[in-house]
Amino acid sequence: MADQPAVAAPRRVLALGATSAIAEATLRLLAEQHAAFFLVGRNTQRLAAVRNDLLTRGATAATTFTADLDNTAAHPAMLAHAATALGGIDLAFLAHGVLGDQSEAEKNYAAAEAILRTNFLSAVSLVTWLASYFESERRGAIAVISSVAGDRGRKSNYVYGASKGGLDIFLDGVRNRIDRAGVHVLTIKPGFVATPMTAHLPKNALFAEPARVAKHIVRAIEKRKDVAYVPPFWALIMLVVRNIPRRIFKKMNM
Amino acid sequence: MGKSDSKTEQTPQFESWGRYPQFHADVVPLHWATDFPLKPPPGTPQLPVGLGRSYGDVCLLENGLLLQTAGMDRLLHFDPATGMLRCEAGVSLQQILDFAVPRGFFLPVTPGTKYVTVGGAIANDIHGKNHHVAGTFGRHVLRFELVRSDGTRFVCSPIENPEWFAATIGGMGLTGLMTWAEIHLRPIVSRRIDYRGDKFHGIDEFFALSHAASSEYSVAWIDCVSTGRNFARGIFMQGDHSETPGPLTRSKEPKLTFPFDLPAFALNRFSMAAFNSLYFHKQLGQQKVGPVDYEPFFYPLDAVQHWNRMYGKHGLVQFQNVLPLESGREGMLEILRAITKSGLASFLAVIKFFGDVPSVGTMSFPVPGVMLALDFPIRRHVTFELVDRLARITLEHGGRMYSAKDARMTAAQFQAFYPQWRDFARYVDPGFDSAFWQRVTGRRPLDG
Ligand SMILES: Cc1cc2nc3c(=O)[nH]c(=O)nc-3n(C[C@H](O)[C@H](O)[C@H](O)COP(=O)(O)OP(=O)(O)OC[C@H]3O[C@@H](n4cnc5c(N)ncnc54)[C@H](O)[C@@H]3O)c2cc1C
Ligand SMILES: NC(=O)c1ccc[n+]([C@@H]2O[C@H](COP(=O)([O-])OP(=O)(O)OC[C@H]3O[C@@H](n4cnc5c(N)ncnc54)[C@H](OP(=O)(O)O)[C@@H]3O)[C@@H](O)[C@H]2O)c1
Repeated sequence: MADQPAVAAPRRVLALGATSAIAEATLRLLAEQHAAFFLVGRNTQRLAAVRNDLLTRGATAATTFTADLDNTAAHPAMLAHAATALGGIDLAFLAHGVLGDQSEAEKNYAAAEAILRTNFLSAVSLVTWLASYFESERRGAIAVISSVAGDRGRKSNYVYGASKGGLDIFLDGVRNRIDRAGVHVLTIKPGFVATPMTAHLPKNALFAEPARVAKHIVRAIEKRKDVAYVPPFWALIMLVVRNIPRRIFKKMNM
Repeated sequence: MGKSDSKTEQTPQFESWGRYPQFHADVVPLHWATDFPLKPPPGTPQLPVGLGRSYGDVCLLENGLLLQTAGMDRLLHFDPATGMLRCEAGVSLQQILDFAVPRGFFLPVTPGTKYVTVGGAIANDIHGKNHHVAGTFGRHVLRFELVRSDGTRFVCSPIENPEWFAATIGGMGLTGLMTWAEIHLRPIVSRRIDYRGDKFHGIDEFFALSHAASSEYSVAWIDCVSTGRNFARGIFMQGDHSETPGPLTRSKEPKLTFPFDLPAFALNRFSMAAFNSLYFHKQLGQQKVGPVDYEPFFYPLDAVQHWNRMYGKHGLVQFQNVLPLESGREGMLEILRAITKSGLASFLAVIKFFGDVPSVGTMSFPVPGVMLALDFPIRRHVTFELVDRLARITLEHGGRMYSAKDARMTAAQFQAFYPQWRDFARYVDPGFDSAFWQRVTGRRPLDG
């Protein structure tokens, strides 16, 4: 069975984008520690499969809720419903996101806006509600999957990068506001992970399996980290990338 | 760059464990049972694949779509009262063990590696060291869902669509895609296996030990390199799940990976003779008894990931056959002589008795008799001629070869081994095909 956690494992978990491969792998580890789940995603059949898997692995309860998270107007009611259904939330985990089509987004603002809406605006809306909820509870944790892509604007994916970079700054600010209320805000920055989102990319040695990334995510939650590069070697890679002088970076083909 | 498109130009090639033959096909990862059926361009064949642990070409296809199922890895239900596990077909036996052992359950049948999927285990109706008492994996499958390329879905069991149940177990992935399956796990109280190893010299001693053995699991390692006094020496290994309550922890992940392709000359008559001697003498006494962990007992080779790279970039072929009891002794002697004479045998050779528990699948390999399996490094025509010779001896003695391990049977040989193939062919999905099936139905010539 799983190792003893450093901090008591979260017992009531709200997962947004629960059908994401990284989310699933992470939720499996929490299920083994007998968490209860409220699972939100936009595909009902997929949610049912995730739910059955988590229950089989040891989840004490799992409720599913079908919603397109782009619809921010529906967020407050949905989140209030989740909090009631779970009898209180210990951990809110945001995993939904889209890679989008960079070349399309370069030509067509609507495509760029769609990426920003899903990756940034929907997260801002969710975290706004959750921050106040946890602040008044004076406990709890918000863990959000951002990306190493948010560290620097690259010519090959800067719209996606901007959505994640904006998310990073937003989460920094929220952390600075509610940390003092005892609320943990975790920014998760994965490198390349082999998931449906990257299925079309040729794989190389930098790609990690979701199960491996999940272990690091759970550890970061238990250790109450502020920012976690996962797997951790990405912290080093991004330290280098962030320090490449702009006059050189702009000539590079990244 | 959308996530669910099936653009597949740059997807990597999928290899089988023997790394021979090689074909290029586009790999389409399936993550959800609802990802299938696809809408491929007309005339594009498809084939489900698991973890590519088959040695030859049952999991290969040229210019088609390989439906990679490993992402369909959800456990759907487990009933500890009965041991019934329902899971998606891409779940691996390793994942099942990680889940089941801490709960006091074990696989009903396991092959010599845990890196195979449930779908792959059913599609080849695999067997293990307990075949003589438990039969094949398919015996422990309660139900599964089969989806055809036209989108038809049906549940198969011994009473629901039984003809599809029989065709799909051992059906080599050709009857459709299995999305989920229910299997029956067996209870255990410890990770430990009560082990006993006995050295033998010659096939008669092996036969005698097999007849005397009473354990649930048994298999023998046999030296196929040494001649003269040491001809057909080996170690007869048997074991039972320990009945003394003991550890039920989850296994650690293996740390060793075979890092690169070994050059072809590294595996030769001399290095193999040395390996075989070392292995024989590793067990010091005539007999060794004691508890061992289930990992080294069932999966000694899994300790080193990618050990197939040891055979270099030309790869390996495996030969596995079974001969009926009546002709088993003479036939196996003839085969062993041919192998030792060739000097091509490797270190990895096993011999075992199959029991008379009937297999469920129309095309299942195991029948009562004596089974031999071993690897040969590929030295083109020398290896291929030997395997062909072994196939002919097998046929003369009324035996058959195992499709999951094969890359070299001719269409005529296959059709003689499995005369029921025409019956089976009626169940093949018109949208599915494999390099193996093309070969054994005479639509693809053998190379080399
Ligand atoms: C070291 C080693 C030891 C082994 N020992 C044994 C042994 O002791 N006994 C034994 O019987 N075998 C043994 N094998 C062979 C292995 O168990 C089989 O080849 C097994 O079928 C491999 O499973 P896989 O998941 O890798 O499937 P693949 O090899 O990828 O595919 C095997 C077949 O399954 C089909 N398939 C896979 N998934 C599905 C699905 N979802 N729906 C329909 N069809 C599907 C494929 O089309 C293909 O025909 C061994 C292999 C190795 C490498
Ligand atoms: N994979 C990587 O290399 C990588 C690297 C860095 C960061 N990330 C981030 O990791 C997170 C998880 O991605 P993943 O790699 O696990 O890929 P994934 O399996 O494709 O997951 C993405 C998930 O987001 C969901 N989603 C997208 N738009 C949505 C919407 N409008 N409403 C509700 N759900 C929506 C998808 O739902 P459906 O199942 O319905 O499609 C899917 O479950 C994302 O935020 C991603 O940006 C991934």
